[in-house]
Amino acid sequence: MKMLLTGARIIDPAQNIDSRLDIFLENGKIAKLGENLSKSLKLKDSEKTTKIIDLAGMILVPGLIDMHTHLREPGYEYKETIASGSAAAVAGGFTSIACMPNTNPVNDNRSITEFIIRKAAEAALVNVYPVGAISTDSAGLKLTEFWDLKEAGIVALSDDGQPVMSAALMRRAMEYASSLKLPVISHCEDTNLSADGLMNEGYYSTILGLRGIPNAAEEVMIARDILIAEFTGTPVHIAHVSTAGSIRLIRDAKKRGLKVTAETAPHYFTLTDEALQSYDTNFKINPPLRSKQDVVAIKEGLADGTIDVIACDHAPHGRTDKEVEFEYAANGISGLETSLGLSLNLLSNKIINWPELITKMSLNPARILNLPKGTLETGADADITVIDPQVKWTVDVQAFRSRGKNSPFNGRKMQGKAILTIVGGEIKYDGR
Amino acid sequence: MKFERKDILGIKELSVDEINFILETAESFLEVSTRKIKKVPTLRGKTIINLFYEASTRTRTSFEIAGKRLSADTINISSSTSSVVKGETLIDTARNLEAMNPDVIVIRHSASGAPHLLATLVKQSIINAGDGAHEHPTQALLDMMTIKEHKGKIAGLKVAIIGDIEHSRVARSNIYGLSKMGANVVLAGPATMMPRNIEQMGVKVFNKIEGAIEDADVIMMLRIQLERQKQSIFPSLREYSQHYCLNRNNIKMAKKDVIVMHPGPINRGVEISPDIADDPSFSVILDQVNKGVAVRMALLYLLTGGSE
Repeated sequence: MKMLLTGARIIDPAQNIDSRLDIFLENGKIAKLGENLSKSLKLKDSEKTTKIIDLAGMILVPGLIDMHTHLREPGYEYKETIASGSAAAVAGGFTSIACMPNTNPVNDNRSITEFIIRKAAEAALVNVYPVGAISTDSAGLKLTEFWDLKEAGIVALSDDGQPVMSAALMRRAMEYASSLKLPVISHCEDTNLSADGLMNEGYYSTILGLRGIPNAAEEVMIARDILIAEFTGTPVHIAHVSTAGSIRLIRDAKKRGLKVTAETAPHYFTLTDEALQSYDTNFKINPPLRSKQDVVAIKEGLADGTIDVIACDHAPHGRTDKEVEFEYAANGISGLETSLGLSLNLLSNKIINWPELITKMSLNPARILNLPKGTLETGADADITVIDPQVKWTVDVQAFRSRGKNSPFNGRKMQGKAILTIVGGEIKYDGR
Repeated sequence: MKFERKDILGIKELSVDEINFILETAESFLEVSTRKIKKVPTLRGKTIINLFYEASTRTRTSFEIAGKRLSADTINISSSTSSVVKGETLIDTARNLEAMNPDVIVIRHSASGAPHLLATLVKQSIINAGDGAHEHPTQALLDMMTIKEHKGKIAGLKVAIIGDIEHSRVARSNIYGLSKMGANVVLAGPATMMPRNIEQMGVKVFNKIEGAIEDADVIMMLRIQLERQKQSIFPSLREYSQHYCLNRNNIKMAKKDVIVMHPGPINRGVEISPDIADDPSFSVILDQVNKGVAVRMALLYLLTGGSE
């Protein structure tokens, strides 16, 4: 299968490319990148075997990677399956996703990892990279078998959603993982401080009478993990950063040369806790939507590189999980199909530029997870996302490929979306 | 004035005119409860469901009496456990009740926002009888009515609310209501009982009771819930009562004609000393209960189209 994509503005931060070029794909790999390839390749004879797509006015980038998703299978197939989550991913412009281990059973052993990889292969839409649990059943007591999990195919370790409260266990996890070159992703939340909190602690939790989650619940653990990273000399990746204090801590750690990386999710630079006044459970997430000052700080962190990655923390839920009293509702946003659209606002608001956006949504996640992805270099896997930066659309959760219709962005007007998602040289989503 | 609201979910949304109108309507219902035959036919043929997901004696009884004195048919559904534990969701319960065509549903729920969820689902009027730590609008209305009767006004009064503000829906509704009506609301309690950024609601906060009750016209004491001790909100009842109990000694700092209020039930000797609670020259606690029936009659009347 050969494909020639012509006329798009190609942005590949790994090669420092940002210009109007053609790209030729062959056998699932990127074969050539250059000007006027249709002439130099002498395609006329072989037009029948080469698919030529004119992409004038479009932006072509290395396939987007979301390193923080929840695919819910096995165990919660009514919320999402690996197949439905993969379909949502390609529709959102993603060619690779990493999925967190909080399934049922938890992905804490080889058999679950192998199951996920097999299901992903059957769906055959997107590259699915499982994240293994740090501790057995993510209970925070005993390390899982990192070597075995790695051999089975995990790309990182995390007890996402069930933060490792023992500093001693976290230290051992980071040390042991570093000898395998497995990144550790930390969901930073001191559960004693967050307790049974329901939203950001501040003026709005006060007037809504909802128990608060203080910024400090996140920051205390980020500080802890930075100190452990410094002491052990090992890397750590901080998941879904939501507060101004967290940005300060991570910025300072990076300045001091520590191997700390961090991600945030589109909702943390788009929404504030003010939105919860309707008690709409679609706004209930963990970490919670924070204050205006925090949103400003997150944007500053994106602009100055403190935040390396945008990952949407895709957390699909069924109706029964959300159509209840706010207190009883599950946390999470079904994010894969709105992540790019929301992130494109960072460009129109002049927070970051195109190459920076693509770095945070493709190159950096690839580097952090040690994936041979995130670039359009010759010989690389032909994972490509084509974005129409002009197209206007409205979010409609009923049209989501994801089973999770839980989005606070339903009805929101957007500009720009992925119109073509190519994985391994094959078109897996065509929204033209 | 025509009362346009479908629901009474909180004081936050009510205008000063609406509050005055409710209080005036309540005044006219006070008399009914003093008659030999305590019943008027106003709501004959109307059905009111009291849906109580949280234990309540005073509020539930008050709503039931209010409905019955207006000749409405009142039905009480009490569930000591939440809908989740019971196995049926609030949404399903709501839809089932709606199908039986009541006119008003009164709901109390331990989850903040539950009445708001209900209000979006059913066409009937919803009255919030207390949701979590959010609002308790009928309590604030009866408190305002009580203050108005004893002080002749609300504007310009200094009202001190003392105790666990963090967990109190009574405090929130009263802060909204009394501030709107022009009172100067001050709070006191240990920092662990003060919710974050409460000053943004336009109140002044003291950590000691003395600063708050100094020259106060009204003192509102809140119930201390014993189970909060487990959450380290305060170390012991003994210490709390030593520093925050309203007693003969510290009440001297307030205005001579201060009135003392309490939403009940009282912990005698914890937040209020028994002699203050029982002293008719200060305490208007039972008067509050009396006004409660009138305020609830007024709301049931207005929500079922009484002002048309």
